Amino acid sequence: MSSTFLGMPATPPRSPYGTGNLRGDRKFPEAAHDELRNEQLRRNLGRATRTIRAKRLDVTGELPDWEALREAGSAIKTDTMNRLPELLEQLERKVTERGGTVHWARDGVEANEIVARLVRATGSSDVIKVKSMATQEIGLNEHLESVGITPYETDLAELIVQLAHDKPSHILVPAIHRNRDEIRQIFLKEIPGVDPSLDNVPAHLAAAARAYLREKFMTTKVAVSGANFGIAETGTLAVVESEGNGRMCLTMPDTLITVMGIEKVLPRYQDLEVFLQLLPRSSTGERMNPYTSMWTGVTPGDGPQEFHLVLLDNGRTAALADRIGREALNCIRCSACLNVCPVYERAGGHAYGSTYPGPIGAVLTPQLAGMHAAKDDPNSSLPYASSLCGACFDACPVKIDIPSLLVELRHQHTEQSGTTAEKLAMKAAATVMKHPKLFTAAQKGAGIGRVLGGRDGKISHLPPPFDGWSESRDTEVPPKQTFRSWLASAEGAATMRAAADEYEQNRRKPEEEK
Amino acid sequence: MRIGLFATCLGDTLFPEAVKSTAVLLARLGHDVVFPPGQTCCGQMHVNTGYQREPVPLVRNFADQFGDASIDAVVMPSGSCAGSVRHQHEIVAERYGDAALRAGVATVKAKTYELSEFLVDVLDVDDVGAYFPHRVTYHPTCHSLRMLRVGDKPLKLLRAVDSIDLVELPEADSCCGFGGTFAVKNAETSTAMLQDKMRNIATTGADVCTAGDSSCLMHIGGGLSRIRSGTRTLHLAQVLSATRTSPYVPTEAVR
Repeated sequence: MSSTFLGMPATPPRSPYGTGNLRGDRKFPEAAHDELRNEQLRRNLGRATRTIRAKRLDVTGELPDWEALREAGSAIKTDTMNRLPELLEQLERKVTERGGTVHWARDGVEANEIVARLVRATGSSDVIKVKSMATQEIGLNEHLESVGITPYETDLAELIVQLAHDKPSHILVPAIHRNRDEIRQIFLKEIPGVDPSLDNVPAHLAAAARAYLREKFMTTKVAVSGANFGIAETGTLAVVESEGNGRMCLTMPDTLITVMGIEKVLPRYQDLEVFLQLLPRSSTGERMNPYTSMWTGVTPGDGPQEFHLVLLDNGRTAALADRIGREALNCIRCSACLNVCPVYERAGGHAYGSTYPGPIGAVLTPQLAGMHAAKDDPNSSLPYASSLCGACFDACPVKIDIPSLLVELRHQHTEQSGTTAEKLAMKAAATVMKHPKLFTAAQKGAGIGRVLGGRDGKISHLPPPFDGWSESRDTEVPPKQTFRSWLASAEGAATMRAAADEYEQNRRKPEEEK
Repeated sequence: MRIGLFATCLGDTLFPEAVKSTAVLLARLGHDVVFPPGQTCCGQMHVNTGYQREPVPLVRNFADQFGDASIDAVVMPSGSCAGSVRHQHEIVAERYGDAALRAGVATVKAKTYELSEFLVDVLDVDDVGAYFPHRVTYHPTCHSLRMLRVGDKPLKLLRAVDSIDLVELPEADSCCGFGGTFAVKNAETSTAMLQDKMRNIATTGADVCTAGDSSCLMHIGGGLSRIRSGTRTLHLAQVLSATRTSPYVPTEAVR
């Protein structure tokens, strides 16, 4: 760091520490330790992600221009991020022209206060909610409850999570970790007046939720939603969903309050033709989602007569300020990367501790909320929660190079971490490896590792930090001879000469003998 | 061609048989194999663990060792090390290197190949004259598949092997769970991934699970050894270098 503040730029604020749902209470390996033992979770996740992977491959494979669509999606989002301020101001102007009111929220705390104030002004003490990642991120429900306003989630899976006083574990399928028996128990316990003979048949469970929610739709005067897209050119907001609960929330109440992350803006109405193809195919593996709702400000006599748009920063400008990391803001929340991630499939969403789990969560969460906000910040473990297998990059509809972002964030972490045992070991290794003579000596030293092996030449126990490795893997003892010493030996030279001779003999043979 | 063989630090030190096989295979195909003796490590482990300053001398050394114009191609029996040279060296050079390093990295990157790519794309051979009368299944390692895009090149080579019984690995393209220091930092999640990989290998009934990376094979092989599975791991180069006159012998050379 520079010793003077002169001329050094101030970093934009991240999501304030201790607010919202962008940080777990322990590091990924510790959380995964417990989640990996949850057999129900493992089975549900394995089955669900396998099914959705196959569906996604079917509907993306059938489009001849899928790769061109991905290119377009990536280009549009990159362009958007490059001129985000002007697009947001244009969006504000257009929404205002059409009778809506725009509010700017620096962080989740501000957004929560704005929403609570707007709800109070309507005189309602209840709100119905469309499934929304942004409001989950800022902990809006918890805030509303703390000021005496009751939020009702209306997406079926989100409702299950809310009734169970649980947290979502998947962007698209928040209750992926629950099975139908658990859901039946939750409904019996939490839905007032539910039929006590309710069984675990999915259609019956859905019907119970439907009856409960229908009454909420008919009586609640205020709705809160997120937004998948906000069009700067026209001021149009869009929500895509599958159940129709969103359509209800967006059309029936008197007042609609939409909380939208600032990165959700798109320049032109026409851009929707790209994203309305990319999103459903990547997300649910459907050609088209059942409901696409779009609204522009207020239409007299039709739909909510009061519309508020809350534009949420909450660390997004900080992410935007990172030359490399900003690519994570291109995410359209389809969850394809979760479904193809071998780490997510085993550990589940809760292990990430954030509203945004999986590969995209591992690069987005540390950028929104920081990863060095406290000593041993759990978020600092997220960039390491990946084998860098690259499946997420291939699946991403807007081609976010998640593995490279993970590596970048790992680098930012080591740069921030001062001197650690690991860094010293890495330095020592590099010092040895930059001097071939030292390296050769170290290789000889590695030969001493032979004493660790049992009679079969396998090492079955290693000291920390390698004990986790040796828990389930044998390691062969180092061989007596390295490659380079073999090559320099008489045997090595003879073998290489024989191989070259073999080629010469083959070459001289008449064609038919070959 | 004059081929600069990069043994990789792991291959040189712990898996010399895979490197020997690579050297022999290339020589048998009529090429001049040179081993720049100052070579050590590509620095992949550093970069993947988050260290980019520390590997600068390694990146420089790699470019120095293999940059010479007399070397037509740099070949290595590792998809992930080739991936590091092709994708990570310039990141390191760009951020912490100088103009000379950036130039050196660009030169060497353009002629660096993983073994199967080199055989199929550059030498244009599918049949390397190998003989391997065993049941084999192939695991495409993540970096060869998704970073280098080797596609089915290793399978083309394996299909041309005389007497091989090549069986398809279910869910082949899913990661084995190695991921370098991931297997240490997130050992339990890594183990869960490894278990599924081993279960899929078991269904093939293969004698040998092969791949293009000794590191992933060390992981899979370590797991298979622990459960006494009876399937062993062998580098692709070792399968391809076995012939009727010098066949593969299922016990490793004297250790």
